[in-house]
Amino acid sequence: MEISAPALLDGPASPLVIASARRRSRQWLRVLSPLVLLVSWQIGCSSGFISSRTLAAPSQVIASFMTLTADGSLQHHLLVSLIRVAKGMCIAVLVGGGLALLSGLSRAGEYVIDAPMQMLRTLPVLALIPFFILWFGIGEVPKVALVAVAAMFPIYLTLYSGIRGVDPKLVELATVIGLSRGALIRHVILPGALPTALVGLRYSLGISWLVLVAAEQVNATSGIGYLMNDARDFMRIDIMVVGLLIYALLGLGVDILVRWLERRLLGWRPSFINAAA
Amino acid sequence: MSKRTQHEHVHGMSGSIVTVRGVSRVFGSTLALDNVDLDIAPGEFVALLGRSGSGKSTLLRTLAGLDSPSTGSVEVPNERMVVFQEPRLLPWKTAIENVQLGLQGRARELAQAALGEVGLEHRLHAYPATLSGGEAQRAALARALVRDPKLLLLDEPFAALDALTRMRMHALIESLWQRHRLSVLLITHDVDEAILLADRALVIDRGRIIVSIAIDLPRPREPAQAGFLGLRKQLLRAIGVNFHRPELANRRVS
Repeated sequence: MEISAPALLDGPASPLVIASARRRSRQWLRVLSPLVLLVSWQIGCSSGFISSRTLAAPSQVIASFMTLTADGSLQHHLLVSLIRVAKGMCIAVLVGGGLALLSGLSRAGEYVIDAPMQMLRTLPVLALIPFFILWFGIGEVPKVALVAVAAMFPIYLTLYSGIRGVDPKLVELATVIGLSRGALIRHVILPGALPTALVGLRYSLGISWLVLVAAEQVNATSGIGYLMNDARDFMRIDIMVVGLLIYALLGLGVDILVRWLERRLLGWRPSFINAAA
Repeated sequence: MSKRTQHEHVHGMSGSIVTVRGVSRVFGSTLALDNVDLDIAPGEFVALLGRSGSGKSTLLRTLAGLDSPSTGSVEVPNERMVVFQEPRLLPWKTAIENVQLGLQGRARELAQAALGEVGLEHRLHAYPATLSGGEAQRAALARALVRDPKLLLLDEPFAALDALTRMRMHALIESLWQRHRLSVLLITHDVDEAILLADRALVIDRGRIIVSIAIDLPRPREPAQAGFLGLRKQLLRAIGVNFHRPELANRRVS
């Protein structure tokens, strides 16, 4: 059998083209399924099949979203929550990261720090809310503290195990070329622990929002959690759904942020190099 | 050159750059090194052959300062570098960053020159994950050379490379050794590699150096050279390969 090269090129479509076209149609499906859900949700509500006491219609949700944005109250509550998460995360990164460095880089630190951390991390954080109110009152402090405590553990655990997981052969190499301890930590150990630590950061950010919602439903006068709790008291299901929507968007935002960080910081990884090529 | 004279002064009596006397190393109940004596002259290329577990890596690690002997004395220059079987490049640093890591002063220029010397001037900013096995090992060589060692310790650095790349690396090592006038200790289980490169081949078995053979074939060497086969038989016999059974003799010892 004889096949000439031009015949192959001029054929209906090369396997590669077909594959990418198929992938494009699959990407369509990814958008399509949520759309179908949304439309059936709207139809269900408009037709009265779903009672307005169960779930608000998407159109209603969008309307209340607009109202809440127009008078600035949504922005206000969102900002308050964002600040609480930001403060809590800062403390979590500093304390969790600092403890992980101490116990990851020295045996003595490990003996002193690791056991209590491993015990504390199994506590359900939400069970601490009553204690935090008792200790810190009902202002900003208990909310930020709760976020900080909850977000600290994933950071501690992943950075610690990342440090301990650094290839000993690379550490040995650092000895051979005479790196100082400081340079060893900066150039070998921390970059080696970073991929694992970033997974911890992603967990922490997710958990911090989760915990904040719970914290804001107790004795709060502002924040997304308060907005939702308040809406529940007045049976404003539409506003409650807006709150859920905000959480979903925040989750998405956090994911984009961490992915961006990973691309910037882990550009040396083969998977990223291949993706860029 | 002044460094060199100073060094010769320190080791003036024996004239060697490495002096090992009566070194033993015990791991639990096994004797990895058993009363080893070794001298390496300045500029000498020594190959150390042995099966797995013969103690050859322990001896190299002792000379590298990565392991301390249980008894005996070791004199080595401080200016020594190791190239391992794996390149051990930091994956988050580019080739040039790996080479210049920990250097003071004109680090970047020196690193660039060293990478040029091993033929990697076009891969300066490549991450290790994108380097081939041979390229990565050459970068590791550049990282060792840029520190201007007097003693270069090579721990089976070509074992993981394909045959063609290995031949190119042999030529590269030989030219670098001649240009930098280094002392080299090459650990290998490849008898041909030892004969191609070394001035002297040692065979270590159960922690003892049992054979030392001078190799004075003219360079550049090749396996078809007169005398090559004779040395090969001699070394294989020393390692314990029965060359009356050719199917065994042709295999690399491991």
